[in-house]
Amino acid sequence: MTHRFKTRLEQAHARGDYTALLDGIPYAQLIGIECTRLGDELLFRLPANKDNIGNPILPALHGGVIAGFMELAAALHLLVFTGAPGLPKIIDFSLDYLRAGQFRDTYATCQVWRQGRRVANVAITAWQSTAAEPIATARAHFKIEEASRP
Amino acid sequence: MTENPLLERARRFVSALRHCHVLGITVHEANRDGMTLVLPYSPAIVGDPQSGVIHGGALTSLMDTACGMATLCALEEFEVCPTLDLRIDYMHPAAPHKPVYGFAQCYRVTTDVIFTRGFAYQDDPQQPIAHVVGTFMRMGKRLKGTQGLGDTIKGAQA
Repeated sequence: MTHRFKTRLEQAHARGDYTALLDGIPYAQLIGIECTRLGDELLFRLPANKDNIGNPILPALHGGVIAGFMELAAALHLLVFTGAPGLPKIIDFSLDYLRAGQFRDTYATCQVWRQGRRVANVAITAWQSTAAEPIATARAHFKIEEASRP
Repeated sequence: MTENPLLERARRFVSALRHCHVLGITVHEANRDGMTLVLPYSPAIVGDPQSGVIHGGALTSLMDTACGMATLCALEEFEVCPTLDLRIDYMHPAAPHKPVYGFAQCYRVTTDVIFTRGFAYQDDPQQPIAHVVGTFMRMGKRLKGTQGLGDTIKGAQA
């Protein structure tokens, strides 16, 4: 990880504002992901954007965008909460679509169920109207960059 | 010029999907065996600015679309088939500055559900960068509002 990225991360932590961090990731800009800290938790938001539509009939968000949003949320969550030295690398990603993603804002929260020395297991929930009615749930494994050992 | 109605249907289908247009996804090949789409490299889909590697999310969009469109290869008539679930195993990162191909096929079609699988690759299909399995729900041909999209894909005049 570059020094610049680490500085950005530290500043983001201190201010509870992760905009500068997201600015450095082109895909995050493309779909328009936002991140806010609520107390000790992170809430991710994907504002409604016509460019994220898949099914033109409904219209509904593209399933791939919902997946990309959740995958990115999980990686950022790990980065922020586990003190990983770099953006974690994804190993696998499994996602259940529960409801159509309407053309409106989408939210996501993450839960790290297990963080080992090399691999972390993260669960992600995405919703639009209320957290009790998720539009999708997902689970991902990430490879954690090991901190340099003596 | 070879006549391939499936390829034409697939091209009309993908052109109706806005996010696919944003990513630049197009149909590479479509036949009874399966569907191959292509995602061009673009700086806008990079997930790691240091290495220039594209984000998994763009790859997931490619593979979700490929699996969903593989249903066109297996069904006689167009049906709306929303994704029930999707799993992606990442073998290794995609090499920057090269397009990614996404192949998908249906390996079981039941009354209600279609099972699909596929893989993403760059130069060599024998060295996939990701494997994927996806399950899709069959909503039927008469679902409210599907007629419009069905006609677009068939190429019917409005």
